[in-house]
Amino acid sequence: MAAAEKPPVTGTGSIALDGLLTWVDQRFPLISTWKAHLAEYYAPKNFNFWYYFGSLAMLVLVIQIVTGIFLTMNYKPDANLAFASVEYIMREVPGGWIIRYMHSTGASAFFICIYLHMFRAMLYGSYRSPRELMWIFGVVIYLCLMAEAFFGYLLPWGQMSYWGAQVIINLFSAVPFIGPDLSLWIRGDYVISDATLNRFFALHVIAIPLLLLGLVMAHLLALHEVGSNNPDGIEIKKHKDANGVPLDGIAFHPYYTVKDILGVVVFMIVFVMIVFFAPEMGGYFLEYNNFVPADPLQTPAHIAPVWYFTPYYSILRAVPPLFNSQFPGVVAMGVSVMVLFLLPWLDRGAVKSIRYRGMHYKTALTAFVIVFLILGYLGTEPITVWGQFGPWLDNADRATVAARVCTLIYFLFFLLMPWYTKVDKTRPEPERVTP
Amino acid sequence: MSDDKQLNKTRRNLVIATCVAGGAASAAAAVPFAASWLPSERAKAGGAPVEADISKLEPGQIMTVEWRSKPVWIIRRTKEMLDSISSLESKVSDPGSDVPMQPEYAKNEFRSIKPEVLVLVGICSHLGCSPQSKPADAKTEMGADWVGGFLCPCHGSKFDLAGRVYKGAPAPVNLEVPKYTYLSDTRILIGDDKKGA
Repeated sequence: MAAAEKPPVTGTGSIALDGLLTWVDQRFPLISTWKAHLAEYYAPKNFNFWYYFGSLAMLVLVIQIVTGIFLTMNYKPDANLAFASVEYIMREVPGGWIIRYMHSTGASAFFICIYLHMFRAMLYGSYRSPRELMWIFGVVIYLCLMAEAFFGYLLPWGQMSYWGAQVIINLFSAVPFIGPDLSLWIRGDYVISDATLNRFFALHVIAIPLLLLGLVMAHLLALHEVGSNNPDGIEIKKHKDANGVPLDGIAFHPYYTVKDILGVVVFMIVFVMIVFFAPEMGGYFLEYNNFVPADPLQTPAHIAPVWYFTPYYSILRAVPPLFNSQFPGVVAMGVSVMVLFLLPWLDRGAVKSIRYRGMHYKTALTAFVIVFLILGYLGTEPITVWGQFGPWLDNADRATVAARVCTLIYFLFFLLMPWYTKVDKTRPEPERVTP
Repeated sequence: MSDDKQLNKTRRNLVIATCVAGGAASAAAAVPFAASWLPSERAKAGGAPVEADISKLEPGQIMTVEWRSKPVWIIRRTKEMLDSISSLESKVSDPGSDVPMQPEYAKNEFRSIKPEVLVLVGICSHLGCSPQSKPADAKTEMGADWVGGFLCPCHGSKFDLAGRVYKGAPAPVNLEVPKYTYLSDTRILIGDDKKGA
């Protein structure tokens, strides 16, 4: 019997505990899993600040799941009751306000962590071979997260919930031929209604979270199969000692668990400060209009999505209609996210890390970050925010023109990537990681 | 040897047949789940036509009725309002209402059965926000040449008093005119054009 061939567990300092763990280990891959993923998973020793955000994203996932479970205990997914049940949670359920604010702040924190985590991958070429599949899992997680955030935002049944969902679902109406039927199918009614709220609730609390958990597992398994990248963008597995341990690797536990705990402490300090003192974050985390109950007959004066969607929303608004159809804008918005999947194959650079790339890539990435931020800002504002140009430009809105230029740069970053990464004057990578 | 090959081929065919049968069964099983997202009987009943009484609607006034939870505007237009529509031919993107955003009987200059009474779904053809009424005296906000109409607060689309979209707006087409019919001079049925339906 294979189980009996395993050596007994020793070294816990307690005979009873040794015995218990031995009993478990003979029936479950306890010790081998512990070793493979923690005690003997060797990560490069030169991780820096940017490597906090993966573990922090997992922490936020846990926060969202726990607070989410407790919110469902008082929330009512019913168009007549939903808004009041959220107010009930905020005002009458003991501790309800803190749970709700943790959940709403967690949504924004999730996107902050994920955006920084993705930016890290772009800095150090973490999506490059052999980590393409891990990157793809990551992008799918990002898509699920967007769906999760979108479905969740309808649940409070405020004005912004309602009209935001209206705008996004109507995007599907722009699909040629099947559009109107498709959006009718998504809503389950002629307008956003109780049917829509109920199905969004189901997707938000069970369907997407299940998918997310599975994808996070796949993302981690893929990571542990190929090993972590590092700020030098070189493979530590090229230099191993006699036992097959990478010379530049250190065990994830205890070294990186301790490092990540520091990240968790700092993150939690900031997180609870937001929860206690600025849960609405000046209207960016929770929009003011969402404190007004949904009214199908009255559109708020200014509709903007929550900040994490605004770069894409700007792209949607920037693309002018073609042949009486807004479909091109919808396609541009979709492509602007989907193009991330192609990143591992668009990048033809001789090196992975920005440390050894030349000016071409550094300039392109800087431009990309700047236009992403500008698009993000413009998406939160009405298109008239910067006024109009004079008659020489047909009185065009300055913000629209700016968004169009930024959209162009956004796409050029990806389209031209095979070229500028190839001609880039890179410096040679070091053989071993640098401190 | 040839027996082995024969066996393998048979096995492969069986595997393929099993996959096809399983796939077809899964697809069939998905039908009730996908169908459950269609509007329910209750939702369809809620989408029934509604009646509006316009006897108290004064010239220049606008009233809103709810049909399928959407705002439907009924506007009794004055002579000046109708003239303003005629003057905008060059400024709107589809003056002849060629894109079918109205029933055949409303495909005319004023986009209505009777010129003075306009029936319009108050939902922007861009992304579904509800435009706001901006009368002709809103010139400070809308510019000196504004003759009255509607402004969508979401993305700035402008419409005239026949629901026609101005050129250069994000909205691609005119506002929708629903099916409607006159039950009498003062009663309109919205959502159906067969009498008494």
